[in-house]
Amino acid sequence: MASETRRVLMDPLIHNNPIALQVLGICSALAVTTGMQTSVVMSVAVVAVIALSNLSVSLLRNMIPTNIRIIVQLTIIASLVIVTDQILKAYVYEISKQLSVFVGLIITNCIIMGRAEAFAMQNPPLKSLIDGIGNGMGYAAILLVVGASREVLGAGTFWGIPVLPLASEGGWFTPNGLMSLSPGAFFVIGFLIWILRTFRPEQNEAE
Amino acid sequence: MLQDYLNIAVKAIFVENMALTFFLGMCSFLAVSKRVSTAIGLGLAVVFVLTVTTPLNHAINDYLLRPGALGWAHASLSGQDLSFLRFLTFIGTIAATVQVVEMTLDRFFPTLHAALGVFLPLIAVNCAILGASLLMVERGLTLPESAVFGFGSGVGWLLAIAALAGIRERLRYHHIPAGLRGLGITFLLTGLMAIGFMAFGGIQL
Repeated sequence: MASETRRVLMDPLIHNNPIALQVLGICSALAVTTGMQTSVVMSVAVVAVIALSNLSVSLLRNMIPTNIRIIVQLTIIASLVIVTDQILKAYVYEISKQLSVFVGLIITNCIIMGRAEAFAMQNPPLKSLIDGIGNGMGYAAILLVVGASREVLGAGTFWGIPVLPLASEGGWFTPNGLMSLSPGAFFVIGFLIWILRTFRPEQNEAE
Repeated sequence: MLQDYLNIAVKAIFVENMALTFFLGMCSFLAVSKRVSTAIGLGLAVVFVLTVTTPLNHAINDYLLRPGALGWAHASLSGQDLSFLRFLTFIGTIAATVQVVEMTLDRFFPTLHAALGVFLPLIAVNCAILGASLLMVERGLTLPESAVFGFGSGVGWLLAIAALAGIRERLRYHHIPAGLRGLGITFLLTGLMAIGFMAFGGIQL
């Protein structure tokens, strides 16, 4: 059982990453990663929502009629996102302003619907909770790597603290403005997938 | 007046393209862009649903949800603020609209339904649809403006996915490094397209 739990928890991190392999939940992964702070807040929000939605869907799985299960799942997820949004507005208002509509868009994040549908509907609550945390962490891992590289390369800062001396202030580093813009996000994720698949060739797609 | 609407549409199609600037609807953007014909089918369905749901959600927000919106029903309700229900209501509206659109098409336009049929259920969870409604609220657009915004966003999305599918069809004849095949190269391509679309930045009518 212990190894089973570990597999459910750790598999989504690298082996079966929701973003890099399953192509799920890309929208927010790209949009909120301009800086470290927004990435961390978004990751925490998504991990919380996916874990709780998996838990609730799994608890209710025998009571949900099959025909309307999508609507029920959407309602559960939307309610959890409303709670998350209110908490973010109450405690980290500035960052929640920067995240703007993307907190609401957690509802349509395909990872959450996908796990509810594919895992939580068939598995007991505890296992679903762990699966939710695992997949949330897999998502968070990509978000944090992309967020860190975009902030360091795009602005020379990490968590708002300067780490690379800027050329405009007498240092040697010229920030790459493209990294802060939307194309930068696509390039970083593209290269990240390339690196990941170079070390794990079994993830390569057929030509 | 007309210029204002035109401006909103042009801005939504080119300058602030849903897919390339806001990263909305990325899941289906990457998954359904392997063939031009299916990409255009999905794009048309997105245009249609966006044009219907954005003004609809605007009306719901204006008459039911925003602070003081219920004042028209009874004076004692004018202090109510239901805006926290926005996410739940909007996603409900979208899911219901998609359902109604699908049934209407099935009944009256069977050929169109056959072409779009598979994509319609997918659209309920396409973040471009919910994103447009939320952006519309955030920007404080009026009802006709939000209809134009919804339509423009849809056309922009259609344009982006059709272009990407066109490029990906040609890519089939190229030798791509193993690790980049499929998803990786698509991301890099989309990044290059996003740079292209940045050329539209700052255009104002």
